Amino acid sequence: MLSNILEFFDNIFLYIAGLIRHFFAWLGFNATVTEIGMGLVYFIAIIAVCVLCALFYVIWERKLAGYIQRRPGPNRLGPNGWFQTIADAIKLLTKEDVVPLNADRVVHLWAALLIFVPPMLSLAVIPFGRQMAALDLSIGLFYLIAVSALSTIPIFMAGWGSNNKYSLMGAMRGVSQMISYEIPMVFSLLGVVLITGTLEMQSIVAAQNHIWFVFLQPVAFIIYLICGLAETNRAPFDLPEGESELTAGIYTEYSGMRYALFFLAEYCNLFVIASIGTTVFLGGWQGPFLPGWVWFLGKTFVLFSFFIFCRWTFPRIRVDQLMNFGWKFLVPISLANILITSIVLFVFNNGLGW
Amino acid sequence: MSDAVKTQTYTLNLGPQHPSTHGVLHVVVEMDGEYCVASKTKIGYLHRGIEKLAESRTYPQVIPYTDRLDYLSGISNNLAYVLAVEKLMGVEVPERAQYIRMITAELMRIASHMVGIGIYIMDLGAVTGAFYPFQLRERVLEMLSQLCGARMTFNYIRIGGVAADLNEDFFKHYEAFLKECPAFIKQYHTLVDDNEIFHARTKGIGKITAEKALNYGLTGPNLRASGVDYDLRRDRPYLQYGKYQINVATTEHGDCYDRYMVRMKEVEESFRLIQQFIQDIPEGPIMAKVPKVIKPPVGDAYHEAENPKGILGCYVASDGSTNPYRVHFRRPSFSNIAIYDEIFIGHKMADLVAILASFDIVLGEIDA
Repeated sequence: MLSNILEFFDNIFLYIAGLIRHFFAWLGFNATVTEIGMGLVYFIAIIAVCVLCALFYVIWERKLAGYIQRRPGPNRLGPNGWFQTIADAIKLLTKEDVVPLNADRVVHLWAALLIFVPPMLSLAVIPFGRQMAALDLSIGLFYLIAVSALSTIPIFMAGWGSNNKYSLMGAMRGVSQMISYEIPMVFSLLGVVLITGTLEMQSIVAAQNHIWFVFLQPVAFIIYLICGLAETNRAPFDLPEGESELTAGIYTEYSGMRYALFFLAEYCNLFVIASIGTTVFLGGWQGPFLPGWVWFLGKTFVLFSFFIFCRWTFPRIRVDQLMNFGWKFLVPISLANILITSIVLFVFNNGLGW
Repeated sequence: MSDAVKTQTYTLNLGPQHPSTHGVLHVVVEMDGEYCVASKTKIGYLHRGIEKLAESRTYPQVIPYTDRLDYLSGISNNLAYVLAVEKLMGVEVPERAQYIRMITAELMRIASHMVGIGIYIMDLGAVTGAFYPFQLRERVLEMLSQLCGARMTFNYIRIGGVAADLNEDFFKHYEAFLKECPAFIKQYHTLVDDNEIFHARTKGIGKITAEKALNYGLTGPNLRASGVDYDLRRDRPYLQYGKYQINVATTEHGDCYDRYMVRMKEVEESFRLIQQFIQDIPEGPIMAKVPKVIKPPVGDAYHEAENPKGILGCYVASDGSTNPYRVHFRRPSFSNIAIYDEIFIGHKMADLVAILASFDIVLGEIDA
């Protein structure tokens, strides 16, 4: 009985998707139109995930930051202040959207929208639970890496389009940082790909049935976390924003909802990084008793909280130190990790030694 | 590369509205990418003409104005002015009042350093580092507000003594402070200077040699960080400081890291001194017998006090009337920032912010 209930909850989103599919069929759509309709449903679902996780994690970060700094944090609106983000969002929505006079209007305005594209594209292939991925591409991991590299472009657009020296400096830093840290990040994921021999996200999750890859690839996991922080421009790698140096860096000239979009995108990006980390290193949605998607969200929650702890503990690193750390430390270590993984795999697969 | 591709420097206005200029300091820097090639510090955005205002106030009325000089250490400023006036008048201050003055001045030093360090760490990007010192500062302000009812603009030191005696509530908060201060120092060392990034950001940044520091007239912790062992409390003692052995903290390198370290050591030393003063404080009156209307004899007097930011000198000239003829303050922050333009050059944008913050400047004092 209990297992039946648990299984029902495990598959609840699949049932909902099935119901919608039946509904389309009942409306008399043919197969193609149904597929397009389902695509739209997935699209809306991903937007919902984006917005909901941003809403939740913004307030969670503020709560946790409050705890770290020995102060209450937001505690006025709603039970214990949990509705604060909604109020903030409404406030930002109603504010004037100021565009600087000499700004490159098109670039300036579009940057705030395009910043949302990479995290949304990434979330399409993340398996949230058993069979719960909008798309299950056979090159899933490759696709993720390719897509997440795109987020460099809106960052640079924001910096260039604002016509502000601080913004431009932030953008220059952001681009160099994100491109540099892409490399060790990809290398850290490569170790897992070597073990599983597949790029498909669901297969990577399935391969962690017995042991999570964080135990087989601990170094890669740590490199991934560091690069994840750098990729999403979070402290201690928040150089493009660099509050105390560059006022607000690339966000300096943004106001109202466009600023909020950048803010939301930052949290979505971080959620994507936590999701990839969960899927590749922490066994994805697998876990006993509870439904798969609960496990998935729980694990991302732990990773996200780790990112928050990092942000509120460390000072900001300097731009040249950041580059040195990336190129002279992380890249060699991640390369060595791949080498060792390959040798061990070779020995293991050929039955030598054991 | 063809001649068509060129790079050029650009001018960046760091301030007067910038999150890490500690108020309204305006530094015009010429940047070559991330590097600073030239810099010009501009001040005056917070000028209120305190020295001129003092000429149209009576002697006791000037004391509240000194609170607004370095608004993070009001009592220390009161003290420098009052000591100069007392020197002019030749007043003998009761011993108990002198002890209370020393206790509050040392408390002020801790409070001021807490802000200095906290904001410094925040400017390096660790926002949490600003909250912990502020909590200790809160303890100190709480104690002082039990004495005189104010938290920042104290107006506590009066000509001839202090405004009020130490009371029960003061000691209640003092007990809590006794517990918290050592725990804070230990915790903060773990949080901040055990951190690799902090070392990387501050070591070797903004180096000042002892010779250069003396030439530019640096005083206070910034001077001692460069290795010059000079502290007025020990070398030219005033109040009852001469009775005590004061361990002056110095470091050798004169970089941003040392300027942080010196301040942390000074907090420890001040904490030790406060305990000793409270132990040794004698009974007695807290005010000397001074006339109701203060009219110092014609002449002038100058007194220097070791303030948290450096040496605050106060010059008072009297023409025999109830108002001072001229009051001048040698403000430590003002003298300290003169060196900025030289040491900024060659550093990166992020280092400028670190150097700026490591000096622990207060704009109220610079612009007066």
